[in-house]
Amino acid sequence: MNLLLVLPILLPLTTLMLCLLARRRLAWVTAISLVGSTLLLMTGLWLVWFAAQGNVLSGQMGSWPAPYGISLVIDRLSAAMVAITGVIGLGTLVYMHRQPMATEFLRDAHLFVHGLLTGICGAFITGDVFNLYVWFEVLLMGSFALISLGGGQRRLAGAMTYIVLNLLATLLFLLAAGLVYGASGTLNMGELALIFRSGEATASATMGVTLMLLAFSIKGALFPVFGWLPASYHVAWVPVSALFAGLLTKVGVYALIRLVTLLWPAPGLAHDILLWVACATMLVGVLGAAAQTEIRRILSFHIVSQVGYMVLGLALATPLALAGAVFYLIHHIIVKANLFFIGGLASRLTGSERLARMGGLYSAKPLLAILFAIPALSLAGIPPLSGFWAKLILIRASLEAGHGWAAFIALLTGAITVLSMSKIWNEAFLKPHPDGAHCVQTNNGPRSPWVVAAVLALMTVILGFGAGPAMQYAWDASLQLTEASAYLRLPVTEGAP
Amino acid sequence: MEWLTAVTAGVMAGLGIWMMLDQHLIRVVLGIAVFSNAINLGVLAAGRHAGDAPAFVTQGANAALVNPLPQALVLTAIVIGFALFVFALSILKRTYELHGKNETDDVTVVVEQPAPDGQENGFEEGGESAPGEPDPPAGERE
Repeated sequence: MNLLLVLPILLPLTTLMLCLLARRRLAWVTAISLVGSTLLLMTGLWLVWFAAQGNVLSGQMGSWPAPYGISLVIDRLSAAMVAITGVIGLGTLVYMHRQPMATEFLRDAHLFVHGLLTGICGAFITGDVFNLYVWFEVLLMGSFALISLGGGQRRLAGAMTYIVLNLLATLLFLLAAGLVYGASGTLNMGELALIFRSGEATASATMGVTLMLLAFSIKGALFPVFGWLPASYHVAWVPVSALFAGLLTKVGVYALIRLVTLLWPAPGLAHDILLWVACATMLVGVLGAAAQTEIRRILSFHIVSQVGYMVLGLALATPLALAGAVFYLIHHIIVKANLFFIGGLASRLTGSERLARMGGLYSAKPLLAILFAIPALSLAGIPPLSGFWAKLILIRASLEAGHGWAAFIALLTGAITVLSMSKIWNEAFLKPHPDGAHCVQTNNGPRSPWVVAAVLALMTVILGFGAGPAMQYAWDASLQLTEASAYLRLPVTEGAP
Repeated sequence: MEWLTAVTAGVMAGLGIWMMLDQHLIRVVLGIAVFSNAINLGVLAAGRHAGDAPAFVTQGANAALVNPLPQALVLTAIVIGFALFVFALSILKRTYELHGKNETDDVTVVVEQPAPDGQENGFEEGGESAPGEPDPPAGERE
């Protein structure tokens, strides 16, 4: 049993407990929480370094053999996801720790963020379908508490929508897990993969897995079932919505990638359906964004649109496309969280989130304008930022796979994304403030949000210029995904009594 | 026995979905509870539930027994489901206190309102007055 394997779960959980013990003093809670998330980030980087050399960590909880006990597996994709979770978690905590809020509010926010991180990390490293359900519930509980934090009519109304639709998705997932177990007799992803790859899966097992994919699609906000996301993300507190925007839908996308690559390594019917869904998601998301006039609503719709790109990579199922999806996943998490952070800064300085009531930021705060321009251009796919490479790979992969129209839709979506980003740029930055130049606050507020935004922007640039090594990692990760030898070995080697 | 459990689960799931489509938030939240119990029953039925056979027997006893794993899964799901249901209820209660009424259309109207200005990242908007009844078209969103 390797300690490194369980650290991504243990660290946030321990931090949560310690914060709870120290809850009477905000300074202690903040210190523990920041140290805990820094350790999580370091663990993630260590895992990435470890996985980059081709190592795969796997183990059985409580030493129960594989088809019966719970397996944990960390391969390249899982390691990268844990590392990026550490980055966004730490970023969120640093962003919020000096915000002018009530003491209890900040303390609760620290606690719940760690609860959320526990669930997210657990979902990334588990190799068991039912265990994945449990981690989904853990992260759901944390996200429920976070989205309704602070209360107020608007926020609670958004939280209600979020809660009902996410509960529905999770219940569907539970039903699917039960059906898959009934039909195939296993919940272990490795054994499921063995059954599906050898073509022994019964029709009812396939039905169960299909229902599971539907549940993940709701989580990941794919085309017909994305409605909950734009209806709830814009009401949360800014750091919370940035954390959600960065990580939550991506857990659904990760689960989709993991399950589809494990069960159907070669393209099939599921991939065809996903291809249509991906194209529809890209287009509908970006068109929805075009109709919005508030900064966080625009960005929420862009999450939907961007998730489409990742699913496009999954649906094409070539190694290059999968590598593109992995690269896109990492790039998107950094950029999207950063845009939400900067959106929060911009609306604090101008006193509004509505584009009509914003303005004058370019002349008043040129630094913020640069910080916004970097992730915005990256999101739209302007070279040499990370978004350009991510889109380039996916478009090339779809051309190679003979889906020229998918490449066209991806390009079209990119063009409309530029339009949408320039709308924010024109309205919030270039145009003078509607109430005159003095209405942009001169007080920058706490410095930590600026640092977070700058570091994340720097990461986008680094990922853009250092696309070679990153792409190499994503390529190896994609090969590992379809090969899945670590998963397939689970019931064989460790299942022996 | 299995078919009876399966049919019950199906009927309950249908009831739960029907309640979730209701206009009243209370029914929506209760619908979640019904639906979640239906699914618990469904998981039990899918995992070869043999009615009254026990999951554990003493060693050597010559009795029929069922697979204990689905029961363990359902037990986990019940505990988690209860926590989530209670949380949803508490949000429902607070929503009711703030709005004075409980309809899904009101929730939509409030969420679609433009973002309030000048608030420090939107903390505690609770003091606002309730939105002045923009007479939502009843039943439109069913």
